[in-house]
Amino acid sequence: MALKIAVLAKQVLDPEMPMAAFRIDENARKVVPPANIPPVVNGFDENAVEAALRIKDAQEATVTVISTGSEFALDVMKKPLSMGADELVLLQDDSFDNTIDSFVTAQLLAAAIRKLEGFDLIICGRQASDWDNAQVPLGVAEILGVSCVSLGKSVNVADGKAVVERIVPDGYQVVEAELPALVTVSNELGQPRYPTLRGIMAATRKRPTIWSKSDLDVDDSQSSTRIALRQLFIPVSDQECEIVEGEDAADAGRQLALKLREAKII
Amino acid sequence: MADATGVLVIGQASGDGLDSTAAELLAAGQAVAGALGEQLSIGILGDSVDSAGQQAIAHGADRVYAVTNPLLREYHADLYLSALDSLCREANPRVVLISRTAEGRELAPRLAFRLGVGLAQDCLEISVDESSRTLLANRPVYGGNAIAVVSCEQTPQIAAIRPKAYEPTEADQSRQGEVVSFPVELDASQARTRVVETVREESEGVKLEDARVVVSGGRGLGGPEPFAGLEDLAKLLGGAVGASRAAVDSGWVPASYQVGLTGKAITPDLYITVAISGASQHMAGCSGAKCIVAINKDADANIFKEARYGVIGDWETIIPALTEAVRELVDS
Repeated sequence: MALKIAVLAKQVLDPEMPMAAFRIDENARKVVPPANIPPVVNGFDENAVEAALRIKDAQEATVTVISTGSEFALDVMKKPLSMGADELVLLQDDSFDNTIDSFVTAQLLAAAIRKLEGFDLIICGRQASDWDNAQVPLGVAEILGVSCVSLGKSVNVADGKAVVERIVPDGYQVVEAELPALVTVSNELGQPRYPTLRGIMAATRKRPTIWSKSDLDVDDSQSSTRIALRQLFIPVSDQECEIVEGEDAADAGRQLALKLREAKII
Repeated sequence: MADATGVLVIGQASGDGLDSTAAELLAAGQAVAGALGEQLSIGILGDSVDSAGQQAIAHGADRVYAVTNPLLREYHADLYLSALDSLCREANPRVVLISRTAEGRELAPRLAFRLGVGLAQDCLEISVDESSRTLLANRPVYGGNAIAVVSCEQTPQIAAIRPKAYEPTEADQSRQGEVVSFPVELDASQARTRVVETVREESEGVKLEDARVVVSGGRGLGGPEPFAGLEDLAKLLGGAVGASRAAVDSGWVPASYQVGLTGKAITPDLYITVAISGASQHMAGCSGAKCIVAINKDADANIFKEARYGVIGDWETIIPALTEAVRELVDS
């Protein structure tokens, strides 16, 4: 039997965009998406796609990418397909805000996973670069009651178990988890593969499954918000930087040492 | 839970004392409990709690729940969660505070989901809206480019506090408090994952998180070799070496060196960044540094907006000269 893998992926504002392009509407408490900079698939979620595809390279497996949001850039969200994923499921509804409230987002994703009759392995990015909540994957694991390993830098499946190298502050652990399991991965997993020309062609032909709220079995208590956003603002730094100069670069280095001694920092 | 009251912080018995972040949580919790006019409790998890309880009281706890079971001796997410779930249902707090350590990153979200409530993640500062008795949490979003003020809609209101965002208060050994024994029932089969091997990858010498001086290198170093030079400088200053995510992703140094949002949060007295542009995701890991020094050849790099001192130029020339001058100063 082919291993059934799901990857949960999110469309985010491009975190590499210049800071000058980052704007907030404080009254609406919303980030104003810059007009000329397209969104991207969250970087850690691309690592998750890569982790799934490495498993698929080694054994028979299907990879389904699932995402929730109110508006999708289809060509952006098709990137995992062009990398080699098999299917794309988009949970799209005007009411799906996927930033502030991880609780509701996780309920929607869990409902979609149930509707797809479950997976052996669910792989997710450790967090999304917009709200950095790092909650949705762990929440999905809790809702579905599957075993959970976070911060993987490699993921393998053997003998009905997921084997994960999990990052800890002073190194890593090798962790085994019973399937079905949910694993989050980090950038230490390594570069996601580039889409191939053949992959891009295949992705163009594939049509995503699109489900709205009414397609998902989520009740009112599950879809009521848990977090309220009171205020959103751009912090101002009042740090003044003193540029240390010298006759040349080497002298500037020496002057810096003297300056730090003078300020009793060293 | 209608009659929820008080602030509960989560700690762990480590060695013969309290884990290092619990006192920070107690400092944060004391302010919140004070504003609410309610009690501050701590749940300490371990196989036994012993002196950690008295330490917690000295740092401000009114009540200690000694949450014990032999299986809590070592951290395991599934078992700790089960214990925390029982504790929260029994203690019925208004507010729960967890440190966003490596363990807290797992525990806080899973606990919130298990209790069916929201979590204010990665908070730098918490306060109380006294009219609604609601916790207000300031937390960075968009990689630190923005700050969101959020509140939780249900009880308990759970917040994960960024390590080192709060300074522990001075211990007062004369403080009195109550210790409540709270043994929990756990079954080893609740642990659904198993650690089969642990590999340590840390650099020798001072630990990055504890170092008073940190010298970090970034993408602009161009390879692993220059880190040896940073190592020399750090050693002279009794410090440790760190790195940006770009340097880690390039494979120049192990992941344990990474400073930033998804790496380590450090609060040294002196933080010297070498060829690091200073993206907000990096600054999220070092914003608590007392003095930041930037060495970068790009005068427009963001790091100069965050640094106290800057040198604009080529690190290849500056670092050896700086190191030599520091050596002379240290020797004299």
